[in-house]
Amino acid sequence: MLKPLLSGFSHIGRQVIDGTWRLGYATRFFLLVLLRSGLSFTRFGLVVRKVYFSGVLSLIIIIVSGLFVGMVLGLQGYETLVRYGSAEALGTLVALSLVRELGPVVSALLFASRAGSAITAEIGLMKATEQLSAMEVMAVDPIARVVGPHFWGAVISMPLLASLFSAVGVFGGYLIGVVLIGVDDGAFWSQMQAAVDFRHDILNGIIKSAVFGVAVAAIATFEGYDAPPTAEGVSGATTRTVVTSALAILALDFVLTAFMFTGQ
Amino acid sequence: MNRTLMDLWVGIFVVAGLGAILVLALRVGNASATFDVSDTYTVYGDFENIGGLKVRAPVKSAGVVVGRVANIQLNAQTYKARATLAIDKRYQFPADTSAAILTAGLLGEQYIGFDAGGDTANLEQGSVLQITQSAIVLEKLISQFLYNKAAEGSGGDK
Repeated sequence: MLKPLLSGFSHIGRQVIDGTWRLGYATRFFLLVLLRSGLSFTRFGLVVRKVYFSGVLSLIIIIVSGLFVGMVLGLQGYETLVRYGSAEALGTLVALSLVRELGPVVSALLFASRAGSAITAEIGLMKATEQLSAMEVMAVDPIARVVGPHFWGAVISMPLLASLFSAVGVFGGYLIGVVLIGVDDGAFWSQMQAAVDFRHDILNGIIKSAVFGVAVAAIATFEGYDAPPTAEGVSGATTRTVVTSALAILALDFVLTAFMFTGQ
Repeated sequence: MNRTLMDLWVGIFVVAGLGAILVLALRVGNASATFDVSDTYTVYGDFENIGGLKVRAPVKSAGVVVGRVANIQLNAQTYKARATLAIDKRYQFPADTSAAILTAGLLGEQYIGFDAGGDTANLEQGSVLQITQSAIVLEKLISQFLYNKAAEGSGGDK
């Protein structure tokens, strides 16, 4: 009679132990990547190739979504601000929300689903087809040769993509607000420039996106490296990359925002 | 290692990303308008009440931004708020310049307004503003108004 109850408990217990075990393994993997990424810097060509793989190939989706997010902000912001007779503050609203929050967060979410999943799939398939084992046999360290460049390529790409997203978004807000609706051009830019501070807003946004880049890169490479060497395993790992990255990005964003933008 | 087309694309990507940061800094932000620390001198103003004045609020003279509020602290001896103002070295003010805490618009940000005096000597690094006017606290204003009204009313009865 007690058996179903007990099996439920033991199931939860197994999940907790498994999760903790995997977290420890992931931490050790992360430190190992950092320790052995010397090769990534002596042979920088490897990293450049991965910047192309994760950064350049994500350009289209980042630029197009940035433009649309900025245009939506322009429309919605105008609708709200015009009620209070302060449509000139539209530039401030668009720029601050993009630079502080939407730029880093949305571009990191897009990056995780566009590039993070690709990294996991590539490393997972290399493992499934035993290319990683083959490297080890040839005395080539797969963490230094494959994982490190992927990791640093993603970390370099992320802040650049987030800045592009914010810049394009501000342009989208300008298109809707000034060109289409007819908010005053000078007020749009001058109020924006008066409110946005380089160190407090823009630099903090870039720091945020760099942190998200490290998180996404670590999760994507680990999931790929840890994927069960089957077709099913690789597909599961790809899904986990996107889900875990999204959760990590949003949780980290809350923590970073609490540190950066409160209590001044 | 040969140059490849991929390198060109990565180059374009990096240039575009850095360009975006530059655009954000110069066009969106105010990096160009932020004063260098070396280009400012410090003066102090003691206020009875600073209201909603914040650090980094602008200091304006005739509507032109001439500096920023660098720091705000409570002086434990006089119980007045001491605002540290970083003023651009290009602008020199007479020593009897008065400072008032003003509000931009009805609900706008609070800033410090400078009214130049007539003294021949100028404000120097570390000098204290002699004439200051505190922020207007709405509650005090209303209570004063009501008090005056009440005093008028009781005076009329007699």
